[in-house]
This record gives sequence, structure tokens and C-alpha cells, in this order.
Amino acid sequence: MATAPRFWRENPSRYNLVGFKCNNCGNHYFPPRIICPLCRRKSVGKIEPVRLKGTGTIFSFTEVHEGMDEQNMQRPYIVAMVELDEGARITGQVIDCDARDLSIGTEVRATLRKLSEEGSSGVIHYGYKFIPLCNGPAASENE
Amino acid sequence: MRRVAVIGTGITEFGELWDSSFRKLGIGAGLAAVEDAKISAEQIDAMYVGNMSAGRFIRQEHVGALIADYSGLVKDHVPATRVEAAGASGGLALRQGFLAVASGLHDIVVVGGAEKMTDVSDTESSMIQSSAADQEWETELGATFAGLHALIATRHMHEHGTTREQLADVAVKNHKHGSLNPKAQFRREINRDVVLRSPIVASPLRMFDCAPSSDGAAAVVLCPLENAEKYAEVPVEIVGSGQASDSLALHNRKDICTMSATRVASDRAFAMAGLSQDDVDVAEVHDNFTISEVLAVEDLGFFAKGEGGKATEDGRTSLEGDVAINTSGGLKARGDPIGATGVAQAVEIVTQLRGTAEKRQVKDADVGLAQNVGGTGATAVVHLFRRA
Ligand SMILES: [Zn+2]
Repeated sequence: MATAPRFWRENPSRYNLVGFKCNNCGNHYFPPRIICPLCRRKSVGKIEPVRLKGTGTIFSFTEVHEGMDEQNMQRPYIVAMVELDEGARITGQVIDCDARDLSIGTEVRATLRKLSEEGSSGVIHYGYKFIPLCNGPAASENE
Repeated sequence: MRRVAVIGTGITEFGELWDSSFRKLGIGAGLAAVEDAKISAEQIDAMYVGNMSAGRFIRQEHVGALIADYSGLVKDHVPATRVEAAGASGGLALRQGFLAVASGLHDIVVVGGAEKMTDVSDTESSMIQSSAADQEWETELGATFAGLHALIATRHMHEHGTTREQLADVAVKNHKHGSLNPKAQFRREINRDVVLRSPIVASPLRMFDCAPSSDGAAAVVLCPLENAEKYAEVPVEIVGSGQASDSLALHNRKDICTMSATRVASDRAFAMAGLSQDDVDVAEVHDNFTISEVLAVEDLGFFAKGEGGKATEDGRTSLEGDVAINTSGGLKARGDPIGATGVAQAVEIVTQLRGTAEKRQVKDADVGLAQNVGGTGATAVVHLFRRA
């Protein structure tokens, strides 16, 4: 079981989609890293934290029925790999929709939601999930 | 660098073995391999043990020393090293043993692999397997291990037109092969309908697309090729060994329909061996999910990208096909005790090249390949074997 600090440590990225732009190659990445995986030494001092917009398209998706602790995730649920507009890819749940209404290329936006709950301690973890754009305009919940 | 041969193999039954402990399994396979090589304990210079997660499956770490102890190898203080690379732990242990003998440091090395998975619940087992992926940025956000492979499958079907039926055909073929292997966990043939009607795990993957949780162990004994005839009637040489890494998280790879680590490890192994794909008669590949075998046969260069599903459907990967893939039944039917799997693959290839695979024997098998994958492709190990 993950301890609370393990989650808090990643909060800026989990809550606000903070990734980085490598000012050597111009690529965006998520989550933050110390160096750019492509530019390596050349990226030292050129890593700029960037809050990603959270909008993008579904690159691939699945509906998960088995294999996750029930107390953490109510099954089934949808998981997608999303290609963000900045170019970085990210994995997360897609909510407020039916898997049948999704396809590769569906536009989505990130939103802050409850991710999971620690069984005994009751600590609730929050993070990003995705909502199809056709479900309405961007709400203020992510601001 | 010295040339290296396999002179002994041992494997336990694979399955839900409630009366077998981790140490009983590990020692069973090791003793069988040592017996097969007709060596004595005093001759063993070192041992490598592939194991993914004994700490979480049976709450026991330090399993290198454990296996050495219960194998009677601590009397001579034989060095024992545990090797971990998730699903590729066994293949990587084999590579460590190969390197140790090739370098000239050790003459006789035992390589084992073992996992005891069924002491925990199915969900717990699944979550342990998911720890091979990126915990913080994949698993904790809901992506299970099957879910990540489902993302690959969805994308492969989208980009290459691979069909749901073709994925089922991988399982059907491997169960057919497994029915011919007395050590396999599943020895019952199935048809497409069984796969397509089994419960959904992570769409489009169903229960029969997934390798089971298994208990089991396997071992091989290595020595310099020049000494191999003293121990083995039909020595089998390890002619190529390649390993490669890739990003831990699947989403950091540009093309998720290709496991680049497999391609690179395979290129490295073929270059070392001076062989090409056309030379390979039999291959054990990492079919932890049906889609994984489709990627494997493409990334290993047996078929063009996008044609792995069609090749399977057309029977080109069956026992009588262009290249016999997973004659043991693969992870799907032989079983997948994670740390043992890569070593079990080597046992199967050596068995085939010795010509002792009985009902599942590939005719005149001369060159074999084993591909072992960790995570969703963050580690790949490829070995090439040839009858000496
Ligand atoms: Zn860069």
C-alpha cells in the first residue's frame, strides 16, 4: 500500500498536469523529469516546467473489468492513453461516458477527480481523469 | 569470449500446485537439471535465479541464497544471485549465466527461475504483475497489466486491421501445443468460441487471451562448449544473446504496436550468432497476452509489421508452419510462473533441438529462439540456440 507522502510528492503533476518542455528539442513531456530522455546532457538547464492544457485525443482505450482492487476502483471503468495537444501522451481514466461512444481520436479534456482511497486510513487521493469534449464545454472544476 | 553450451535441463510441472512451496519448486527444477547434466554439486561455480516478486507473492526476499541453501550449495559457498526484470527475469538470469561462462570467470553455472503465484488471490496476483508497469503514472491511475496490453491490442487492431478472431487463434494454437506437452498447465484444446465467450478482462482482451497465474520452476546447466561433450549427448550451443531496454511506461513510446526492445534485442542476438530469421525452426515467445505473441512474431522479424495476426490465422506459426511458435504451449497454456518463464523457454528450445520433444517435436529442428519480455516491453531478452 502506498504511503501518503508518495502521493503528495507528485501532487503538482497529479492535480495540475505539470509536465515539462525541453527547450533543447522543443518536446513536451509528462510527468516531470530531471533531464530530457532524448537530449540528455544537452537538456541540462533547459527543462522548463509547463502546465499542460489537458486537452487532447484518445490514442487507445480499454474497458477494465478485472484485475484491480475493488475498494480502489469501481469496475468496470475505462482507461485511455491520451495524446495531449502539446504532444505528450498520458494514461488515465475516462469518465462520464460509455465505452461504446468512444473511439480512437475522440477529443477529451482533463478534470480533477478522486482517484482512489486507502482502505484502512481512509486517505483519499485525487488526480486527473478525462471527459469526452462532446459532453459539454470545459467546466471550471479544473481551474 | 568463450562459446557456451546448455548441458542439462530441468522443469517442474506448471500450475496451481498447492502442495509445493517456492523452495520445493526451485530445488526440484535445479536437481533435475543437474541430474540431466550428470554433474556433481562440487562442480557448480555459480548460480543465477530468475524471480520477479517473491517478496509480494510469498513475502520472501533473498531467494538466491534460499535456493542455494536448500540445493545443498552453501556447503561450498557457491555464489547465488537473484535476477529481476519482471517477466524477463528468467531470460535475464540465463543471460547472466551465459556471460559468466563466456567471460571465462565460471565453468559450470546453474541458471534457475521460479515463482510461486497462487498463494495470493487472483486480484492480488494481477496487481503484483501490474507492478512491472509504471506504478505512479500507469497503475495508480487505473491501468492494469492486462489493461495496458488491451491498449496495445486496440491500437494494433486500429492500425493494422488485426481481428478479434486472429487474437483468439493465438490462444487456440497455444492450447493445441500445450495439449502435447505433459508439463503444461493446460493440456486441453480449445476453439475460437471458448476464447470469444470467456469473460472480458480488459476489452478487447478476455480471460482466454491472458496467461494464467502459475507456480513452477525451470533450470538449465551451462558450461563452455569445448567441454560440453563430456556431459551431454547432444549439447546445444547458445549462439546469440541480446538484451534491450525501453521506457517503463507504455505511453512514452511513439509506436505502441511495436516493442522496440524486442527488435533491438533480437537484432543483437542475430548479429552475435551470424544467423537470420530464415534459419530459425522453432521459437518460444512471450505470449503473456495473445496480442503479445502477434507483436513478438512481427518484432522478431518472422513476419512484416501488421501481418502477425494473419500469419497466425493461416497456421504459419503452428507446429507444421513456417516457424513453430510456442511449441510448449507458451505462457498461455504451459503456464507463466513469471520468474521461471524465460528459463522454461530455454528448456523447451533445448528439448526441441535435442529432438526429444516427442509429440510436439519440430522435424529436424536445428536453430531455436527464445524471447522473454518484462513489463509492456521495457525489457526484452532474446537468445538463439543451435544444436552443436
Ligand atoms: Zn529534449
